[in-house]
Amino acid sequence: MAKTHVTMTVNGQAVEGLVEPRTLLIHFLRENLSLTGAHIGCETSHCGACTVDLDGQSVKSCTVFAVQAQGADIRTIEGMANPDGTLHALQDGFREMHGLQCGFCTPGMILRAYRLLQENPNPTEDEIRMGISGNLCRCTGYQNIVAAIQYAAAKLSAPQEQAA
Amino acid sequence: MIPGTFDYHRPKSVSEAVALLADLGEDARPLAGGHSLIPMMKLRLAVPRALVDLAAIADLRGVRRAGTDIVIGATTTIAELIASAELAVALPIIRETALVIADPQVRARGTIGGNVANGDPGNDLPALMQCLGASYQIAGHAGTREIAARAFYQGAYFTALAPGEVLTGIRIAPPPAGHGWAYEKLKRKVGDYATAAAALVLTMRGGQVASAAIGLTNVGDTPLFAEDAARILTGSALDKATVDRAVAAAEAITSPASDGRGPAEYRTKMAGVMLRRALVRAAARATH
Repeated sequence: MAKTHVTMTVNGQAVEGLVEPRTLLIHFLRENLSLTGAHIGCETSHCGACTVDLDGQSVKSCTVFAVQAQGADIRTIEGMANPDGTLHALQDGFREMHGLQCGFCTPGMILRAYRLLQENPNPTEDEIRMGISGNLCRCTGYQNIVAAIQYAAAKLSAPQEQAA
Repeated sequence: MIPGTFDYHRPKSVSEAVALLADLGEDARPLAGGHSLIPMMKLRLAVPRALVDLAAIADLRGVRRAGTDIVIGATTTIAELIASAELAVALPIIRETALVIADPQVRARGTIGGNVANGDPGNDLPALMQCLGASYQIAGHAGTREIAARAFYQGAYFTALAPGEVLTGIRIAPPPAGHGWAYEKLKRKVGDYATAAAALVLTMRGGQVASAAIGLTNVGDTPLFAEDAARILTGSALDKATVDRAVAAAEAITSPASDGRGPAEYRTKMAGVMLRRALVRAAARATH
């Protein structure tokens, strides 16, 4: 099967690769680019573990062909930390509020929460729960995930602190 | 789960897409958001030899006015339906229905064209399009045609769409200002297909139903247009005896499968319950 050349931007870096048309975006990210943060969970568009940001939207990368992402701007969990290496407010929130146990759903949860907070910087608890309704967690019961997202929303909307 | 191999095409225009589909033959399929087709390809329930991706055809995307009608491009995503200010005013039932389809990520990729053209009886928009009296605009090698949503569905995954044809848009004449509407969906969890759902648009005059249209989701091999139930309601003041008769008429046309969503008898009754709830909410929203 002839391969197709694809180019896209992933976490701010231009990347390219040769893929079969049937290569799913999640496989391109994990196998061609060695970005294994986005996880393969259910493979049936239900669980959200493979969620990445694609052109300003949360998508399930197990249900997008890499060729469909030609030219796209993509962000994964590997691109969430600040340039100086400090954690993004969402990563900090998941740590501070104990928003994970096994951690399998966490990269997808954080990428979904990232887009949710871009669209709605101060969501209510209900809006957070509906916002992450496409992401399953089998450990936490969601309570601390909601708390982690609330933590991040508060931190992101607070005035910047002066550097010490 | 890896789909079978296929050739990928990304035409820039509808005419190019139609020519490709004609050349490639019956084993080629159009690809829109892919959120019905790609899961089926992963399960090898669909094994197309070629995909014609419609994503680069700008003409197919967006909501526009065509005289008094509204035309929704086939590759308009479910999220775009929710965000459309035009639809929120003219066809608020579309937004209400779109919000109970799947989850945010799926709504970001899934399209109205894929939802209605795939012929999956679990999809929510086909019954709504029947309720609204929508027409599907179809392009093929021989030219373009329009077909009523009420005449489009022939069986599960079987539609009036011929090989080589592409659904390009959906034309809807909005109901008059002051109409009442409701989409009531019973589902086990977020992202699930309906156990049963009912789409309802009605108009009221002098406390009586002046017109009504009802579509039912996932209680048969196709979406169901409940014509008899609507006729029973018309002219009534939605008194209990009339509503009971209309609900019975709607239940009578269902033939759901017994599956994980419940036995057939239960799902038929739930279709009736969804219609009752839709009637209460739609009547409350209508100008009397």
